[in-house]
Amino acid sequence: MLTEFAKVLLFLFIGVVFVLGALITNRLIRPHRPNAEKSTIYECGEEPIGNPWVRFNIRFYTVALIFLIFDVEVVFLFPWAVVYKELGLFAFIEMVVFLLILILGYAYAWAKGDLEWDKPRPKFLDVFSTEKQRSEKAEVEI
Amino acid sequence: MGLLDKRFESENIVITTVEDVLNWARLSSLWMMQFGLACCAIEMMAASASHFDIMRFGIIPRSSPRQADLMIVAGTVTLKMASRVKRLYEQMPDPKYVISMGSCANCGGPYWEHGYHVLKGVDRVIPVDVYVPGCPPRPEAFLEGIIKLRQKIRRESIVKKKLPPVYVEEK
Repeated sequence: MLTEFAKVLLFLFIGVVFVLGALITNRLIRPHRPNAEKSTIYECGEEPIGNPWVRFNIRFYTVALIFLIFDVEVVFLFPWAVVYKELGLFAFIEMVVFLLILILGYAYAWAKGDLEWDKPRPKFLDVFSTEKQRSEKAEVEI
Repeated sequence: MGLLDKRFESENIVITTVEDVLNWARLSSLWMMQFGLACCAIEMMAASASHFDIMRFGIIPRSSPRQADLMIVAGTVTLKMASRVKRLYEQMPDPKYVISMGSCANCGGPYWEHGYHVLKGVDRVIPVDVYVPGCPPRPEAFLEGIIKLRQKIRRESIVKKKLPPVYVEEK
């Protein structure tokens, strides 16, 4: 007689054997003809230029973080909306508090200017010009 | 009475060989590399539209050679394009098949003698499985090419060497 845990063990065993069997069968019957051309990066048949691992602008980081927070917020809102009638006023107030906290964070991000996209590039430190030149330049900019 | 001999009532028990299953799977899902080179591509598009509908053979156009099994060289292969065609063919995973569609891809077509810029047959750079004649071939001829390719894949074997190319007869 099998106990419940023995069944789990049996399933684990069958799972491992199944995966290994599939991999070994694949190895036996698949065509395997790698070459340099096949391993190159696909660029519409052209010679690939540069590295495919491009760097993203660091500004995406804050936007992605804010998006993630509000995405999770919506995930929380759905089950709340489904059982809204049964939970009553308490759940409503609870959710309003939750939303307010997140809106506060949103207002903070907005006030800090993280949502502004067209920020100018930070100017490089001007170490070569003299103090006088620098003050003249500042006057011109003003 | 043996272990399997006439023992089962169920219709869900199927006996086959590895080769038959593989060949069946390969010929029923020939995903094609989506690209056209010249006017033959128009006939290829007509063949993939609703009237001729090559999708009923499991031929789905894919935009990347990594997902494609079938390359349809539809049109004039210029010398400039030949290196690209070759590279795209190389980038497809095995097993891969090639249909050469139209006279230009078969042998250079109208440019066979004086076309300074045209490759005289795509089989000079990549191995071709099925040749479809015509200038351009009608979708029916193209469909026959696909059926010929399916028949060819059905005859394939894992261990034996590659089968020679087949030709669609001109009518």
